[in-house]
Amino acid sequence: MIVVLVETDVTGAVEVSRETITFARGLSASGGGVPIDAVVIGDLPCDPTALAEQLAAYGVRDVHHASGDAFSAYGGAAWAAAVQSVRDTTGAVVVTAAGTPRGGEVLAHVAARTGVAMAANVIAFGGLAPFTVTRQVVGGSAWEEMVLDERPAIFTVAGHAVAAEEAPSAGAGHLVEFQPEVEAADLVARVTSTAEPEPDLSGSLKGARVVVGAGRGAGSADGFGELLDLVGMLDGASLGVSRVVTSLGWRPHHEQVGQTGSRVSPDLYLACGISGAIQHWAGMASSKTIVAINTDEEAPMVAKAHYAVIGDMHEILPAINEEIRKRKS
Amino acid sequence: MNNVLVCIKRVVDSTGEVVITDDGQNVDGRYAGFTVSAHEEAAVELAVQISAATGGTGALFTLGDESAEEQLRGALAMGCTAATQVRADSSAYGPSDVAREIAAVVRDHEANGSSHDLILLGNDAADSGDFQVGIRLAYELGRPVVNGASTVTIKDGHAVAGVKGPEGHEIYRVPLPAVVTVLEGGVEPRYPSVPGRMKAKKVEIEVREPAGAPTGTKRVRLTLPPPQPSQVQILGTGPEAAAAVVDLFEKLGVLR
Ligand SMILES: Cc1cc2nc3c(=O)[nH]c(=O)nc-3n(C[C@H](O)[C@H](O)[C@H](O)COP(=O)(O)OP(=O)(O)OC[C@H]3O[C@@H](n4cnc5c(N)ncnc54)[C@H](O)[C@@H]3O)c2cc1C
Repeated sequence: MIVVLVETDVTGAVEVSRETITFARGLSASGGGVPIDAVVIGDLPCDPTALAEQLAAYGVRDVHHASGDAFSAYGGAAWAAAVQSVRDTTGAVVVTAAGTPRGGEVLAHVAARTGVAMAANVIAFGGLAPFTVTRQVVGGSAWEEMVLDERPAIFTVAGHAVAAEEAPSAGAGHLVEFQPEVEAADLVARVTSTAEPEPDLSGSLKGARVVVGAGRGAGSADGFGELLDLVGMLDGASLGVSRVVTSLGWRPHHEQVGQTGSRVSPDLYLACGISGAIQHWAGMASSKTIVAINTDEEAPMVAKAHYAVIGDMHEILPAINEEIRKRKS
Repeated sequence: MNNVLVCIKRVVDSTGEVVITDDGQNVDGRYAGFTVSAHEEAAVELAVQISAATGGTGALFTLGDESAEEQLRGALAMGCTAATQVRADSSAYGPSDVAREIAAVVRDHEANGSSHDLILLGNDAADSGDFQVGIRLAYELGRPVVNGASTVTIKDGHAVAGVKGPEGHEIYRVPLPAVVTVLEGGVEPRYPSVPGRMKAKKVEIEVREPAGAPTGTKRVRLTLPPPQPSQVQILGTGPEAAAAVVDLFEKLGVLR
């Protein structure tokens, strides 16, 4: 048995969870067709029966839905207790989840409770005896092969390690409601409110159609004038910056794109003076069209972009802005 | 009065090119230099703020070899006042080993009359990216844990932590003693002042032997990801390329 912790939104299972199930199917096949069950927890934002059907199309057998007062607010330990209960009743040999903050947190709790190792951000698996996985380390700049010999084998799957694909032959959706026992100690750390939101200024960036990105090449806090002018001339555009820019205090953190900043997937990402370090790339890799402006034609951003202009952004951006004004008038 | 312990780790500065040692076991830091993770810098800042606001102490913990003193002194210069180093080869220590070593120090300090009612760690280390030391530590000590907080304040004997969750800004309120793992972005780590650096030089670091033998990291080997073939189309060089860029904008339909 493989147990997958699934995260949901109004559409059902979120994409990274569907990717994780697709990944689990590979594992299942190499183990001779081990069944895959899912766990979903708390008040779901979608219809549980429809979710069970959606997940069946991905090859999931039973969807275990943990409900009850213990899950009215999110708490890592309580969620782990629910996952652990499914593992115990099904005798699962693998417990996995998407490598999201929540997936990583809950599985780390399960690993600590069961006293076994956990691998975060797995992208592939190798041999089954011993069971080896490959995972991203150093922010994705290196890969680690790691042994997961204890049972259950616990790991999270990195985003986009595989594409989410429905199973060729799907069964019928089967929903199993259950109310796991949760100890008082597991309820001490849970969300007490979501009511004090500092304004999430990154909102417009995350949903932007165009992101004009700026890195160290901007030069200084005063070097953003032409960039902001360009943002104003492009449809649905926001400014996004690299971590160097926020750590130098040139721009606020909510504008940061990357592993520890916002993840964006605009139609166009224009990377100006950004080297394209893996941690930045992690936040904008799914942009549809990537254009790099960089003085260094060997910069990783240039190599990975669809289009590039080689040269100084402080000369190129004014020329682009001028050209747009000219065509508009 | 809150006594905060903040756990930091010396890691290779991986913002540049990453090189792997010949035996495939570690990232080679000879050229890149060393640092602590961004999350831990934020954790140190929070420890300094909390201890100052409550008249308590901000103490540091690291597990590493002699050279990790550099990172301890750096964090002392930011305003922490004490440091403990478990001297060991950190690459042999897995997440549960590290959690056990931190717990042993906390228990020992407690037995000697100095407790740490709040323990801060980075959410994940920039090198190993294990995402679990803080949670394992919480289970070792039987304390509640909040994961991935970007803000932490103390109110009425509780740690109030702000987490950017899937449903927006989530608040946790946990009784002390507690463990919190920190994500960068909520506070701006301070730049050490000159007097801060002078003070840091004089702090006597408590150096200890590991409490137990490591059980290992389960690492087989490290490799570099294979390079992706480039499909870039160069639109031009310098300002002359502006027309080609604007043509592309028009093609993509992104001009306002
Ligand atoms: C744990 C961890 C998390 C991280 N998270 C993030 C993150 O979320 N987001 C992020 O961005 N980074 C993150 N980083 C940092 C990342 O590794 C890089 O250091 C950072 O992205 C580099 O920013 P940069 O490209 O602006 O600067 P640099 O690497 O200094 O590159 C500047 C680029 O600009 C070019 N350039 C310079 N001047 C000009 C000019 N006048 N015109 C045109 N081009 C010019 C240069 O050729 C170079 O390619 C993280 C690092 C770690 C260790």
